[in-house]
Amino acid sequence: MIEFEDVTKRYPDGTVAVDNLSLRIPSHQITVFVGPSGCGKTTSLRMINRTIERTSGTISIDGEDINSKDAVTLRRGIGYVIQNAGLFPHKTVVENVATVPKLLGWDKRKARSTAMELLERVGLDLKLAERYPAQLSGGQQQRVGVARALAADPIIMLMDEPFSAVDPIVRNQLQEELLRLQRDIGKTIVFVTHDIDEAIKLGDHVAVLRVGGKLAQFAPPAELLANPVDEFVENFIGKDRGYRALTFVTAEELRLTDVPAELTRAEDGSPKGWVNGSGELEPVGATFQRGDSLRAALDAVLTSPVGKGVCVDESGKAVGVVEYAALAEAFRP
Amino acid sequence: MSWVGDNSALIWEQLREHLYLALIPMVLGLLISLPLGYVATRFSWLANPLVALGGVLYSLPSIALFIVLPAILGTQILSPVNIIVALTIYAVSLLIRNVIDGLRSVPEEVLQAAVSVGYGTLRRVLTVDLPIAIPVIFTGLRVVTVANISMVSVGAIIGIGGFGELFTTGFQQDFLTPIVVGVVLSLALALVCDIALVGLQRLLTPWARVISPLKEATT
Ligand SMILES: Nc1ncnc2c1ncn2[C@@H]1O[C@H](COP(=O)(O)OP(=O)(O)O)[C@@H](O)[C@H]1O
Ligand SMILES: [Mg+2]
Repeated sequence: MIEFEDVTKRYPDGTVAVDNLSLRIPSHQITVFVGPSGCGKTTSLRMINRTIERTSGTISIDGEDINSKDAVTLRRGIGYVIQNAGLFPHKTVVENVATVPKLLGWDKRKARSTAMELLERVGLDLKLAERYPAQLSGGQQQRVGVARALAADPIIMLMDEPFSAVDPIVRNQLQEELLRLQRDIGKTIVFVTHDIDEAIKLGDHVAVLRVGGKLAQFAPPAELLANPVDEFVENFIGKDRGYRALTFVTAEELRLTDVPAELTRAEDGSPKGWVNGSGELEPVGATFQRGDSLRAALDAVLTSPVGKGVCVDESGKAVGVVEYAALAEAFRP
Repeated sequence: MSWVGDNSALIWEQLREHLYLALIPMVLGLLISLPLGYVATRFSWLANPLVALGGVLYSLPSIALFIVLPAILGTQILSPVNIIVALTIYAVSLLIRNVIDGLRSVPEEVLQAAVSVGYGTLRRVLTVDLPIAIPVIFTGLRVVTVANISMVSVGAIIGIGGFGELFTTGFQQDFLTPIVVGVVLSLALALVCDIALVGLQRLLTPWARVISPLKEATT
């Protein structure tokens, strides 16, 4: 757990970037700091590895004050990923990743083999290991940045808008992979973004900050969508929060009806299409699984030509359909 | 050409001397500019005055320096130390700007990343900042080296080694060959040193040679 107690940062020019922040960041989860530009997200993040020293208050990691050891030692135990990756341009990809192990004095071979393992883990083609960062795409560089942060197996990883500079498709991939990776590694991740959608997608907890470095709300994303504490948070979350909240409700409880005869199925039971009045086959539309969210179920209904969303099991076999009425029941609080 | 054959021992001796007089100040100049340049990037108010001072020093006529320095240093007028000190001053006055520009060329996010992953200051400067600054520093180093090689010849006027002696010999004996040989050898030496520096730079910065970023569709 990382604990902020009454932490304030006032820059020499008088700017109060963070004002009396108190916050408990739980271990092994992703906590996202989100808020408009200039609200003190980066400052808050960088106070954790002491690349910015706070003006007052205390920050502790698992009960131990971060000032109890020297800053360089502290930093080697905390992974750090920034926008544009900040890779060392004069080092090859694998050397970049091996940086912290080498600083820690590991022997060369072990540092290198660990680096290669991590590159594989973040989904980078190992053929790129001997390239220089300038020879990689933005998305590839960002993967290397994550691998570098994880190389010495730190308990904490700090990420400052790591995916902001890549295009939306790649960003989406990187987000999915971070979630997948986190399921394996269970690090304490503090993630900074100005994008509320990214915060909601990635965060187990979300801290919404307002300009002036004040904490507006700290809650799991579903809670944030359901009960924003004030107008600022509500506005910041933006439109469709009711619809977006459906992401956090499972389709488990949804009442299904039997697969109707009009749904043509393949031999293995997977849906092939809907037969319409004139006997033609129309596309199935989106399907969903029991474990998916109500949002997925709603999407299945909306994209179906007959207003019936098809529910499939793991193997892709159609197990039932959901109709508007059943969805409406599920939406009712 | 027979003159060259007859005097080859002398010419080799002068080549050695010329190189020594030109390269020692280049190395000393680098060793002085590096820490000075680093300090100027740490305390940025120092940078402009230092570069300006460098400009002033560089504009001093070399022959004047060669003559004034013995008085200041207490050296013999014919001592090679005068040349070495004078050329070192020129080297520093040129290189200081390149060292500052070079260190400033290190991207902010790279510096931030280096600090954040746990580099100590000295280690960071030596293994991150400096390597990245090499291309800019080498630009200055090449100018300094070529300038030094030509200025060593001036030293011959006051009677200190190098190919310049060939010019003085030629003028004194009203004999063209040593002058031509001196000019050609100075030029050749400058060219060879410049090529050597380019080669060294390429060797030190393989990463700077990746020309067209090879971005793959797969990410
Ligand atoms: N080194 C600095 N000196 C003075 N003010 C700063 C400095 N760094 C950031 N600030 C100010 O502090 C506030 C918070 O900055 P920052 O933490 O970078 O915000 P965010 O990451 O949320 O965009 C802003 O008003 C910013 O201008
Ligand atoms: Mg920021």
